[in-house]
Amino acid sequence: MKSQKFWAWLIFVLGAAYFIIPLAATFEFSLRMRRGEYSFDAYASVFADPYFASSFAYSVIVGLFTIVVGILVVVPAVYFVRLRMPWLRPFMEFVTLLPLVIPALVLVYGYIRLYGSSSFIPFTGSVLGTDILLTCAYVTLALPYMYRAVDNGMRTIDIGTLTEAAQIAGANQLQIIGQIILPNILVAILSGAFLTFAIVIGEFTIASLLNRPAFGPYLVGIGTNRAYEPAALAIISFIITWGAMGMINVLGRFAPRTSARTD
Amino acid sequence: MRPVRRLHTIRSVTMTDIAAPPKPPRRIPWDSLAVLPFVIFAVMFLFLPTFSLIGGAFTDRAGNFTFENIAGLFTDQILAAYWISIRISGASAILGALIGLAITLAIIRGKLPQGLRSAVMTFSGVASNFAGVPLAFAFIATLGRLGLVTIIIRTLFDFDIYRQGGFNLFSFWGLTLTYLYFQIPLMVLTIAPAIDGLKKEWNEAAQTLGANTWQFWRYIGFPILWPSVLGTLSLLFANAFGAIATAWALTGSNLNIVTVLLYNQIRGDALQNPGLGAALALGMIVITSLANVIYLVVAARAERWMK
Amino acid sequence: MAAFLEVQNLVKSFGTNTVVKGVNFAFEKGEFISLLGPSGCGKTTILRMIAGFERPTSGAIRVDGDEITHLKPNQRKLGMVFQAYALFPNLTVGDNIAFGLKIAGMPADQRRARVEEMLRLIGLPGFEKRFPYEMSGGQQQRVALARAIAPKPRLLLLDEPLSALDAKIRVSLREEIRAIQQDLGITTVFVTHDQEEAMSISDRIVVMNAGNLDQMGSPHEIYNRPSTRFVATFVGQLNTLPEASFGPNRAIRPELISLAPRPETDTTLTGTISDVGFLGSVVRLRVDVSGTPINIDTFNSHATTPPQRGDTVTLHLAAKDVLTLGA
Repeated sequence: MKSQKFWAWLIFVLGAAYFIIPLAATFEFSLRMRRGEYSFDAYASVFADPYFASSFAYSVIVGLFTIVVGILVVVPAVYFVRLRMPWLRPFMEFVTLLPLVIPALVLVYGYIRLYGSSSFIPFTGSVLGTDILLTCAYVTLALPYMYRAVDNGMRTIDIGTLTEAAQIAGANQLQIIGQIILPNILVAILSGAFLTFAIVIGEFTIASLLNRPAFGPYLVGIGTNRAYEPAALAIISFIITWGAMGMINVLGRFAPRTSARTD
Repeated sequence: MRPVRRLHTIRSVTMTDIAAPPKPPRRIPWDSLAVLPFVIFAVMFLFLPTFSLIGGAFTDRAGNFTFENIAGLFTDQILAAYWISIRISGASAILGALIGLAITLAIIRGKLPQGLRSAVMTFSGVASNFAGVPLAFAFIATLGRLGLVTIIIRTLFDFDIYRQGGFNLFSFWGLTLTYLYFQIPLMVLTIAPAIDGLKKEWNEAAQTLGANTWQFWRYIGFPILWPSVLGTLSLLFANAFGAIATAWALTGSNLNIVTVLLYNQIRGDALQNPGLGAALALGMIVITSLANVIYLVVAARAERWMK
Repeated sequence: MAAFLEVQNLVKSFGTNTVVKGVNFAFEKGEFISLLGPSGCGKTTILRMIAGFERPTSGAIRVDGDEITHLKPNQRKLGMVFQAYALFPNLTVGDNIAFGLKIAGMPADQRRARVEEMLRLIGLPGFEKRFPYEMSGGQQQRVALARAIAPKPRLLLLDEPLSALDAKIRVSLREEIRAIQQDLGITTVFVTHDQEEAMSISDRIVVMNAGNLDQMGSPHEIYNRPSTRFVATFVGQLNTLPEASFGPNRAIRPELISLAPRPETDTTLTGTISDVGFLGSVVRLRVDVSGTPINIDTFNSHATTPPQRGDTVTLHLAAKDVLTLGA
């Protein structure tokens, strides 16, 4: 009994060391820009860089569009498949697993070949088209997470019974989705949204191969040219990720619980 | 649903010819329409690109069928790239799974304070998404030539991990160590529900039947967890195999892994051989799919006892 | 005969909360003992201390003269059946039953023979190759019983083994458990909150209340001579008699009151029927005796129709049947 607790603590402490030391080291490194003393010069330098603001803003906007498109693609599909077309479920499970199996690099290569400027849908022929393609690529990338979040949300609230109850009360299809289902799975959707945001914000591969001025490629550029700014950017990125995940955690406390759960 | 509806239409058409009753009102098939965007998305951004690459891998510049692109993969450089990618992915997946399993067992079954568990789970959510470029920066600041840990070890123990230890962050072990930063948390997140699913009574039943802790894990606990561990392992493998941003930011094109190779191939597409790029991509799909197929086959054998 | 299972001054506290407050009992080999009480009375904690999953704060537990209080659960040679079956889902029925034998190092051919014997005993011959998920709850619980008794434990512990099952299966399985127990002569401790269950299969019952042992005795003793108010009200139905005519704290079982005089009856009460409940073999009348509700159980008979609501009736009872309830 006692030795079990000892091993548990030992594993925990070693694990914690592995995860905390790089963060601490990075933070320490980011403060070393000024010789002989700690300063936030690296951060000041990052924030003063106009490319930081512009690339970050670009990634945020693409992230927001990704979230909206992702919700529009996933929510109705999950709802109707759960409700009326359960035979489509294996197909959805398969599709939403694919982005975890096929590397993003491979997918984007496929996009470039398929949707090049001389193809039948020349996404990459224009800037707007490339932005749309980038957004769609991110929706695909985030599909497994968005799908799982929404699917879990719908499972907990038992949409079948809710829909029937709403129909008996005289609601039409649009009212059911808008006024009954959406508010109840809002927390699940938002969890998916923040996860999507965390994935999109620093994404490098797709943005760089589509030549878009996103945050990820900007980071790589800084990494090759500067010494201390990358460390500052790593800390900033970590805080952004933490913020997105923290929001999911906070939201989780407001999630509706199944009637079966008593806690 | 669909056959019934079709039958209905056919009948109403024939009846119109005979007696001309009022046509039944056409109902808009909302449910199919709602699923349509998802299906279109899957086709446009998952199926077509994949098929296009598979097709491209067997097509020469003139559009004829060929095995030359596939044959082109069998050069020392490309095979070495695949091999080092497989080794890094395998090592980081196996180590990540083992360490992640140990950490999850420690926080869930090791009688550690309750608060620790939610803290670890939240942190895992963050760390599993803290990949790519910033992660590379963090490890350069930690274990790079001027990294804090490198310097501390040199100052305290008078030991240079680069010169005397033979360590290099831009190598196989360096990259594996870095990948573990997102692999371990991913394991923790995916395996925790499975460990929660191990009922306390199974352990108690085994104990009353004379089993010690080791025997419980040997015969009951681990066999029950095995399919989940295996599933996560294949997920971790694919996760590392497709990763490029971390490696790119860490090593530039120093380390010859297959994603970096393909990345360079895509960038220089106009000059180089697009068929070879497609073949490279196909090879990657085959390897990650293979990891999944192995998982499915082994899991199906291990899961006979599941519903 | 010396006591086979002995519990001495057993105390268990979780922090400041004492859930078992100094319990003593001793039972003989082969007895079927029920620990009966409402949830939170400490009965499950006692069972878990006997099994070794909880460490007593103080006190001793002895089995067959051996002190086992501080042994690990896997050294106690006990069998246990859990409420939620707790069969190992990854093992077949045969491997589940053989698990304890395998741990004990029994050779494979002997294990097979013992598994077969056990499956016959529980009426599931030929089920070796099934997995738990392929069986009903009742079947799973029988396999759990077989798994527990296969290694011939000194003591069989049953932790509310019937409460997850349907009403019908609950009754048939409890009879089966009792039959197997008597067949093997294995000393058994059965935890339940269901007084009917406890009375129908036990040799002796321990009634627990808020961490204390309130009464210990045969079902007949517990029912007919409850020693505390708690036991009297927890076990069976009870009517509190009007204080004006009987004095304080007097009560009687519903089946000991009749509408017609019997040789032993010597007291009468008059009241109005306020409710008639037809329960099949028994008809339960609720009679309002000047403001005090009294329940009467009479046997159904198809010759006579039951009395109607509003009828005025005379109740007959014997003074010797009246219980005096303590505090």
